[in-house]
Amino acid sequence: MTKAKKKHLIYNLVIFALVIGAYVLLQNMIAAKTITRSLKGQLIPICAWIIMAVSLNLVIGFSGELSLGHAGFMSVGAYTGAVISGWLLNAFAMENTGLRLAIAILAAGLIAGIIGLLIGIPVLRLRGDYLAIVTLAFGEIIRNLVNVLYIGTANGKLYFSFLSKDLPADVTILVDGAKGAVKIKPISTFTAGFILVMITLIVVLNLVNSRTGRAIQATRDNRIAAESMGISVTRHKMIAFVTGAVLAGMAGALYGLNASTVIPTQFTFNQSINVLVFVVLGGLGNVLGSIISATFLTILPELLREFADYRMLVYAVVLILVMIFTNNPVIRSVFMRMFSPVRRLFRGRESQQGGEAA
Amino acid sequence: MKKLLALVLAMVMTLTVCAAVAEEETVTLKIAHIGPTTGPAALYGLATLHGAELAAKEINEAGGKYRIELIAEDDEHNPEKVINAYNKVLDDGAQMILGTTTSKPCEAASAQGYVDRVFFLTPSASSTAVIEDKDNAFQVCFTDPNQGAASAEYIASHKLGTKIAIIYNDSDVYSTGIRDSFVAKAAELSLEIVSETSFSTDDNADFTVQVADAQNAGADLVFLPMYYTPASNILNTAAAKNYKPVFFGVDGMDGILGVEGFDTSLAEGVMLLTPFVATSEDEKVVSFVTKYREAYNEDPIQFAADAYDGIYILVEAAEKAGITSEMKFDEVCDPMIAAMQEISYEGLTGAMTWDESGAVTKTPMAATIINGIYVFED
Repeated sequence: MTKAKKKHLIYNLVIFALVIGAYVLLQNMIAAKTITRSLKGQLIPICAWIIMAVSLNLVIGFSGELSLGHAGFMSVGAYTGAVISGWLLNAFAMENTGLRLAIAILAAGLIAGIIGLLIGIPVLRLRGDYLAIVTLAFGEIIRNLVNVLYIGTANGKLYFSFLSKDLPADVTILVDGAKGAVKIKPISTFTAGFILVMITLIVVLNLVNSRTGRAIQATRDNRIAAESMGISVTRHKMIAFVTGAVLAGMAGALYGLNASTVIPTQFTFNQSINVLVFVVLGGLGNVLGSIISATFLTILPELLREFADYRMLVYAVVLILVMIFTNNPVIRSVFMRMFSPVRRLFRGRESQQGGEAA
Repeated sequence: MKKLLALVLAMVMTLTVCAAVAEEETVTLKIAHIGPTTGPAALYGLATLHGAELAAKEINEAGGKYRIELIAEDDEHNPEKVINAYNKVLDDGAQMILGTTTSKPCEAASAQGYVDRVFFLTPSASSTAVIEDKDNAFQVCFTDPNQGAASAEYIASHKLGTKIAIIYNDSDVYSTGIRDSFVAKAAELSLEIVSETSFSTDDNADFTVQVADAQNAGADLVFLPMYYTPASNILNTAAAKNYKPVFFGVDGMDGILGVEGFDTSLAEGVMLLTPFVATSEDEKVVSFVTKYREAYNEDPIQFAADAYDGIYILVEAAEKAGITSEMKFDEVCDPMIAAMQEISYEGLTGAMTWDESGAVTKTPMAATIINGIYVFED
């Protein structure tokens, strides 16, 4: 085993250990009933946001493309999950919630992946700002499309209608235009969320450390040099983009099937920016950072409820302070000295990333 | 240090004794208000919060059997955040919930409440999904279909128009809900709809196309199921085109006279279906409006009146159900559900009764704007 490989291995093991540790701790708290309702209610959304942040990090941090339409894939996943779950219940009277959840999540990942592929073909030929603008537009297009989409189910069949609610009278409505996906039976569980986070981590960490992953990072660092080495830039960017879309779709299904209703306005451009904030705050190309910042920033507004109406103001201030502190060389060095044994493991890794980790 | 500790202990004990004495005489109801007090729908969340605060203050000052402890949390008009707010108020010991203010978050929260057995009385979440398939949610306001159907009936029975145009917000649950039931009822009553155009929340500044469509189709009545801000733009556009049909709105139109920079003379003759108008001469309404102005320095909108009624309704139902201070939310739920179906309440927004569906029964009233004030029709 080479030195670099060993470093990756230890880094990955630290991440897995932390995630598994957090899961075991929380499960114990749930069993002992020492957890507050407030925190318990946030566990599944936190899992979903972690997956969103890690998958967006793959696109932005590792393949270096600024995608602003990530919430679009999440909404595709949330809607697909709701429709598939409702349809399975109607068609096969499938009462097994675990199986239904698994099928819904897989279907959501598949559909989001196909859409990611279709979007990626024209979009990934663009660079920089243009790509950002087009992905932004894509997110808005998805939102406006689901706004006029009506889906119902009856007798094991799915009925689709577009622009007007033109469905047979006896159908159970699953998606009701601007009213969003309605009457979802919440079936997501924290354990399912945890498993999905683990799958995401395994996929992303393995991809990043693989030959393909190194090629993806090469296209990010220097497009021309990578091309001259015979790396197909579009193909590798596509791999990162579609993988990100699949994972975001799965996160969407987990998120949607946790609530009893989902509306298009939950997945606006603002939501994409929100995930971008998770990624930037955690550090571009830093998977552990994404996990921590997604968790922290999801819980933070709830911890700040004491400030009532001023809490988003305080949230913004905290965000700025974190940005300043994590970038302050003095504070960084204090942190680094505290974690110097861990740091020694990562030193090589940090210089590889060209100081991009915030 | 010891002295301080002794002092603190003594104070705590006195307080406990006081509390114990007080509890024998009165029942403290912990009612949670959940609504958007920040974000784009804050206007409505603040209105219901203020209405509820006012009612709670009145009840506490009157010193009857019941005391109200109001716990307020913000949901940002977001179906994810509302669950957080809901869990927070239950953590804080809320027994029942007055809320949530807006439809979509309420749908999410009351569904969760159905599983956990939490009683909901929403002042203003009007979509049917809020109360459908669950026994724990009740409404103070009309449901959207009710409003749409009632509007169509009112227009047909009063022969207000023969050719009807509809302009609605296709990205809004409230607007599409009313529009759907209006169209269905209109077909039943054979009202002729000659023009139907829509807009979205992101794009509500220019209505030239929609108004021109209604005008070209020769509509003599334009139905506007929407909130007052886009409605004021539509009235402006119609005035510029010298197009003067009857404009008919629903409860969201309430507040149009308060829009900044809006020429209120344009709203002359506009009709709207609403259970509450601040300029009413009803004794209760006058007293409420005066107190509300004193406390918050603004005129109450219908949402505030709904929430004000809501607190009194909760107290009345709690009395019927025999709720005590110590009961937990899941013990409160079922007795409250039974009590709600037995009580009747006469409030600011009319005389109300409830059935097991959770929908309210009260008479819709149409008001016309004449000389800058609302005047109730028969």
